[in-house]
Amino acid sequence: MAEVGEVKGEAKEVKKIATRTAYGKALVELGKVNPNVVVLDADLAKSTKSGDFMKAFPDRFFEMGIAEQDMIGTAAGLAAAGKIPFASTFAVFAAGRVFDQVRQAVGYTKLNVKIGATHAGVTVGEDGASHQSVEDIALMRSIPNMTVIVPADAVETQKAVFAAAEYYGPVYLRMGREEVPVLFDEDYRFEIGKAVMLRDGKDVTIIACGVMVAPALEASEELSREGISARVLNMHTVKPIDREAIETAAKETGAIVTAEEHNIMGGFGSAVAEVVVSTLPVPVEMVGIKDVFGQSGKPAELLEYYGLTSGNIVEAARRAIARKAGKASPARSRRSRRQ
Amino acid sequence: MATYDDSLIAMIEEKARRIRVNIIKAIGAAGSGHPGGSLSCADILAVLYFHAMRIDPKRPDWEDRDKFIMSKGHAAPALYAALAEAGYFPVEELLTLRKLGSRLQGHPDMKKTPGVEISTGSLGQGLSAANGMAIAAKLDKKDTRIYVLLGDGELEEGQVWEAAMTSVHRKLDNLMAFVDYNGLQIDGSVEDVKSLKAVGEKWRAFGWHVMGIDGHDIRQIMTAIDEAKQIKGKPTVAVARTVKGKGVSFMEGGVDWHGKAPNRDQVYKALVELGERIVDGGGVVNG
Ligand SMILES: Cc1ncc(C[n+]2csc(CCOP(=O)(O)OP(=O)(O)O)c2C)c(N)n1
Ligand SMILES: [Mg+2]
Repeated sequence: MAEVGEVKGEAKEVKKIATRTAYGKALVELGKVNPNVVVLDADLAKSTKSGDFMKAFPDRFFEMGIAEQDMIGTAAGLAAAGKIPFASTFAVFAAGRVFDQVRQAVGYTKLNVKIGATHAGVTVGEDGASHQSVEDIALMRSIPNMTVIVPADAVETQKAVFAAAEYYGPVYLRMGREEVPVLFDEDYRFEIGKAVMLRDGKDVTIIACGVMVAPALEASEELSREGISARVLNMHTVKPIDREAIETAAKETGAIVTAEEHNIMGGFGSAVAEVVVSTLPVPVEMVGIKDVFGQSGKPAELLEYYGLTSGNIVEAARRAIARKAGKASPARSRRSRRQ
Repeated sequence: MATYDDSLIAMIEEKARRIRVNIIKAIGAAGSGHPGGSLSCADILAVLYFHAMRIDPKRPDWEDRDKFIMSKGHAAPALYAALAEAGYFPVEELLTLRKLGSRLQGHPDMKKTPGVEISTGSLGQGLSAANGMAIAAKLDKKDTRIYVLLGDGELEEGQVWEAAMTSVHRKLDNLMAFVDYNGLQIDGSVEDVKSLKAVGEKWRAFGWHVMGIDGHDIRQIMTAIDEAKQIKGKPTVAVARTVKGKGVSFMEGGVDWHGKAPNRDQVYKALVELGERIVDGGGVVNG
C-alpha cells in the first residue's frame, strides 16, 4: 500500500543534483560497507560517475573499454562467482547495445548483476538521438527476472543503489545526466516495488517516475489552483510495479495520468495501463515521448519539444478527468484529427 | 611513391586548416561537442574530400559517388566542416551545430544532413555499414570506393572485428579503412583503458592489407589511398598515427579535450593559432 512520503517543503532555493552524481557517491559508500561490491564501466566512468568508485577502490574497479557486451558478460561471471557487480554505461548502450547479453547472461540466469544506466532519455541534450535512450524501460521490463528502478532524485538514487545491492537478482537502475531537484529528505523510506504517495488527491492520480516526478508535483499544484485535487505517486520501481497502489488510485480517484521520459509504447505508462485494464479500468492519459527519436538541443528545450513538462501533465489530467466524466476532451480530438 | 605537386599539397593543407577552424567555431558556438577527435582526423578528411573521393556535392545522392563513413560519429564536427567546405551546405550553417532543429545533429544523421552516408554515434558499427556498401557496389558492378574512419578506442568494440572478418571474407578491395590512432579515448589512454597491443598485427592477422602512416602528413595519406587502389582481393587499412586535438596547442594530446567545448577565450586563442584572421570586436572571418 502506498503511503504518504515526505516531500521537502517549498524551499526557496531548490537544491539540484544529477542522479548520476548520486550514483557515483552511493557506489563509494556501498563499497566501504560491502567488500563484495565491484564496479565495471565501458570508457564512460567520468560521465556515469562510476569513476568515483575507481578512485576509492581501484582494485575493485574494472575498466572494460568501449566493449559493453564484454562488460555485461564479465559482470555475469563475477556475479556467478559471488561478487555484486555494478556495470555502468549510458542507458542507450546498457539496454540497447547489450540487450542479448543482458537477456541471456543476466535475466535468464537470474544472476546478481546491477546495471547502472545513466544518461537516459532526451535530457542527454546536445549529443542527440543516438545517445538518447527512449526505449530502455520497455526493453528491460520485458526481460523476465529483471527489476527496473527509475529514481527521481539524488536521495532516492542513493537508497536505490543500497536496496539493489541488498536484493539478490538482476536490477536495472535508470538515471539521468542533468541536475534535478532534490525532492526527498535523508529519512525518506525507499522499498523496491512500493510506490510512494507524495500528495494525496481525489480527482485524478498522476503516476510518475524519474525526472518526471518533479514536474508531476508542480502539475498537482497548478491543478489545485484550478480546484482539481491530484494525487501524485512516485512509482520508482517500474518492475515489479506496485499493483495495489495503482488499483487503489483507480478506485479512489477514477482517472490516471502517467508521466515518463521515455517512449509511451511499451514503457512506464504501458506498465501502469496493464494493471489498470486488468483490475479497475479507468481513463489513463500518458505523458511521454510519442514514438519518435530525440534530437540535439538543450535538455529543457527538448522536454518542452517532446511534451514532457508540468504543463503537459496538467493538460493530460484535464483530459483524463473529462473522460471520467464521459466528456470527450476537445484537445484530444483535435490532436487525433491532425495525426 | 608517387610525386604530388606542391600546389596540390598546399591546397589540401589549406582545406585541412579550414576544417580545423570550422570545427573550433562550430563546437564553440554549440557549447558542447568533441574537439579532440575531430581535430585529429582533419587531414585525412581533407585528402578524402578534396583529392581522393569522386564526389559531386551538388548531387549528394549521385549513384557513382565514392562514400565516406564516419564510424566514430562523435567527430561529426570534422565531417560537417569537410562537407560544408566541399559545398554540400553553407559554411554558415556549421554554427547551428547541436542546436534544436538543426540539420547538424550532435552525431551524424543521414536523414538530415546532405552528404552523410549513414547515421553513426554508437561506436563500432561503421565498418559493417561500409561492408554493406562495398558489397552493394560489387553487386552493381560499380567502381565506387568506400572509405571508413574508426577511432582507436573504437577498436575495442567486438563488432569491429566481426566486420573486419566480413570485409576480408568478401574480398572487399573497394573498401579502405583508416584508424585514427591518436592513443586516447575518454577514460584515459588506449594503452591504460584496454590496450590494443600490436594493432597493425591484428588487422594483418585478420587478412587485411595494412599500412602505417602519419595521419597528419598529406603526402602519406595520399600515397596510402593510391596504394589501396592497387591492392586486389582484400581490403586495406591505414593505421594513421595522429595527435588528438592536433593544431590547437592547448588541446594536443589532452584527454580532457575529448568531449569539452572551448570557451570564448579558448576559441579565440585556437583560431589565432590556426592562422585565422580575427576582425575587431572578436568577430571572425574565414581566412
Ligand atoms: C557503443 C558506444 N559506447 C560508448 C560511447 C561513448 N563514447 C563516445 S566517444 C568515446 C571514446 C572514443 O575513443 P576513440 O575511438 O579513440 O575516438 P577519438 O579518440 O578519435 O575521439 C566513447 C567511449 C559511444 N559513443 N558508443
Ligand atoms: Mg582515440
